[in-house]
Amino acid sequence: MDNDHLSNLIVTIANAGDRKAFADLFKHFAPRLKAFAVRQGVGSTTAEELMQESMLSVWRKAHTFDPKRATASTWVFTILRNKRIDMLRRENRPDVDIEDVPERASDASSADEDYQTRQTRDLLRHAMDELPADQVEVLQKAFFEDKSHSVVAEELNLPLGTVKSRIRLALSRMRAALPESQI
Amino acid sequence: MINHHPPLELLFDYATGSLPEPVALAVASHASMCSDCRKQVDAVESLGGALLSSIEPEEVSKDALRSVMARLDEPEVGAMRCAAATNRETTEVVPEPLLPYLGRGLAHLAWRGVGRKFDEVHLNLAAKGFKASLMRLKPGAEMPSHTHVGTEYTLVLAGGYKDNGEQYGRGDFALKDSSHEHRPIVDTDEPCLCLVVLDAPVKLTGAMGRLMNPFLRV
Ligand SMILES: [Zn+2]
Repeated sequence: MDNDHLSNLIVTIANAGDRKAFADLFKHFAPRLKAFAVRQGVGSTTAEELMQESMLSVWRKAHTFDPKRATASTWVFTILRNKRIDMLRRENRPDVDIEDVPERASDASSADEDYQTRQTRDLLRHAMDELPADQVEVLQKAFFEDKSHSVVAEELNLPLGTVKSRIRLALSRMRAALPESQI
Repeated sequence: MINHHPPLELLFDYATGSLPEPVALAVASHASMCSDCRKQVDAVESLGGALLSSIEPEEVSKDALRSVMARLDEPEVGAMRCAAATNRETTEVVPEPLLPYLGRGLAHLAWRGVGRKFDEVHLNLAAKGFKASLMRLKPGAEMPSHTHVGTEYTLVLAGGYKDNGEQYGRGDFALKDSSHEHRPIVDTDEPCLCLVVLDAPVKLTGAMGRLMNPFLRV
């Protein structure tokens, strides 16, 4: 399923409380969310619970999803991230409230833009594959192991500056793959 | 115009979810006022999204879908985001991520005067080893010179101050660690309101510091 289709499912949930759309979305994301949580080292039972809680949040927070701001995968990632923090740290993590964010430059949707958006989303999907292995290693450690960049540096036995520059390089690649309206 | 931002690495750690709550609060509050930093956070999150979409899926339990579907109509419990009883004056100054931690208008917080130069109010955060507070410094207030054992994160919410020749105003984010000695001076006509997060005690460097230093009390 591509990101445009996934985005539409989330929008349909927000607008119509559509359970069929939710079931479709679940089929795509549930196994990935669980895999992500397993990679984060929480164990299979907790990973399953984290996945189910995250999917429930997807249903409840669907109205906060802005397809112009993020892809479906990116938005669902932030849901999982926040759930994991709530669950594992038992802290309420402050989050940038999307409704508090000033309107972005208006994006009257034209056929050209839609085409461009599709193109860039395809780029984004493969951006991770195209990153050099040393950058991916740093990112995976940061995302999967819940490590701050300085701990990542320590554990990989790398100078802090090296980790910082790998993060910067990966981000500039990522920004290049995203349309202006999404970055 | 915001001139001082969190370093990219701090935004990165925020977006991956590895920052402790008080620091995340300061970063989120800044990002809610700064579109540049929000773009950086969005970019890191899109890396997370790319990792999620490219991961090898893991089999979920057989009744997972059914059990989640059964809960869709459940009311949401334990949401911290209580509608804070605040006034317009407060919501114009306090960024959205910070509001739930106050729970009431700025004028009704438990402000505690420290000397004649400033008031402060502690924020109730569970994270161990951190102190977070709102500080309101009077115009002209000059803080004693000090350095830090750990790191001090400051987000200016109103007014402004000068520190080592640099001007800080609303939205500016300052990060000071043991390599900085600093001495902020409030140089605006209105009081300077800041969110201050500390992850270790400060080291005083001036003789008068012990009595006056706001950071000592947090
Ligand atoms: Zn910024």
